[in-house]
Amino acid sequence: MYGWLWRHLPGSAWLRVGLLTIAAAALLGACFLWVFPAIAPLMPFNNTTVGGQ
Amino acid sequence: MTAQAPTTHGRRASAGSGGRRIGLHVTGVVGELMVTLGAFLLAFVAWQLWWTDVVGDRAQAAIVERLDWVPVPRIDAAAPPPVAAAAVVPHRDAPPAIAEPAHAVTFATLLVPRWGADYERPVSQGVDRVDVLDPLGIGHYPGTAMPGDVGNFAISGHRTTYGKPFNRIAELADGDPIVVRTADTWYVYRVTGTEIVKPADIAVIAPVPGQPGTAPTERLITLTTCNPMYSARERFVVHGALDYWIPTTAGFPPEITGGT
Repeated sequence: MYGWLWRHLPGSAWLRVGLLTIAAAALLGACFLWVFPAIAPLMPFNNTTVGGQ
Repeated sequence: MTAQAPTTHGRRASAGSGGRRIGLHVTGVVGELMVTLGAFLLAFVAWQLWWTDVVGDRAQAAIVERLDWVPVPRIDAAAPPPVAAAAVVPHRDAPPAIAEPAHAVTFATLLVPRWGADYERPVSQGVDRVDVLDPLGIGHYPGTAMPGDVGNFAISGHRTTYGKPFNRIAELADGDPIVVRTADTWYVYRVTGTEIVKPADIAVIAPVPGQPGTAPTERLITLTTCNPMYSARERFVVHGALDYWIPTTAGFPPEITGGT
């Protein structure tokens, strides 16, 4: 999976490392901004109200 | 015969090593997926435990600032107390009441001296997580009394994550002031007791806590949050009763300016 990605990226090793770092940062940012806020209300902790809210 | 044998053998060998190669490949991909899943879960924990606090603190401070109410003067222990603080006359008659606002509208702030002199968090209408508790902080149970009303002004907030407005709830002791500020009025409640209940125990936010259906005669406040921390197994509940009120035009309650 990551080997395939590495083989299909263009440029030198340093360029590939740079590209992968940028991609990982973008993925983490997307998780923080959209994915995690969407799944957090489904988690079975963090409820603070009484009466089955 | 002698020419065919190696070929057959060769085919078998290549088929065998090919299967092993596919097996290794699948194992490798599964391993990479699991490492990725582990990193994803780690990132989620970091987001939940750290980032929601960063965002929540910032958002709640911005909401209080946007209300544009007179900031609470901070009194240094070294500095002499201002004359105005001594002139505050506590009122113990029926305080001015306000109507319940629309869903997710911020109508008050909560100040708890026990939680720090600079603790002031917004209180908004509703207790659902997506609209109120996660983005706005403290929420008011719809249908329960409003600040100063006869009955039970019931509010809820996160104890961990999302700015954790009720993080230090277990430190509250009987007699501690819980101050609610609206646009026109300061309501000073005092803690009367704490309890730990099951999540389904809705009687704690009844007009008379523990006695649903009983007509209220007192002006009460109830705070609910999760217990233990990082769990939703139980609820930590703090009850209080109104001590006095003053109009915001009269100054500040001495409890929050460090007078008493």
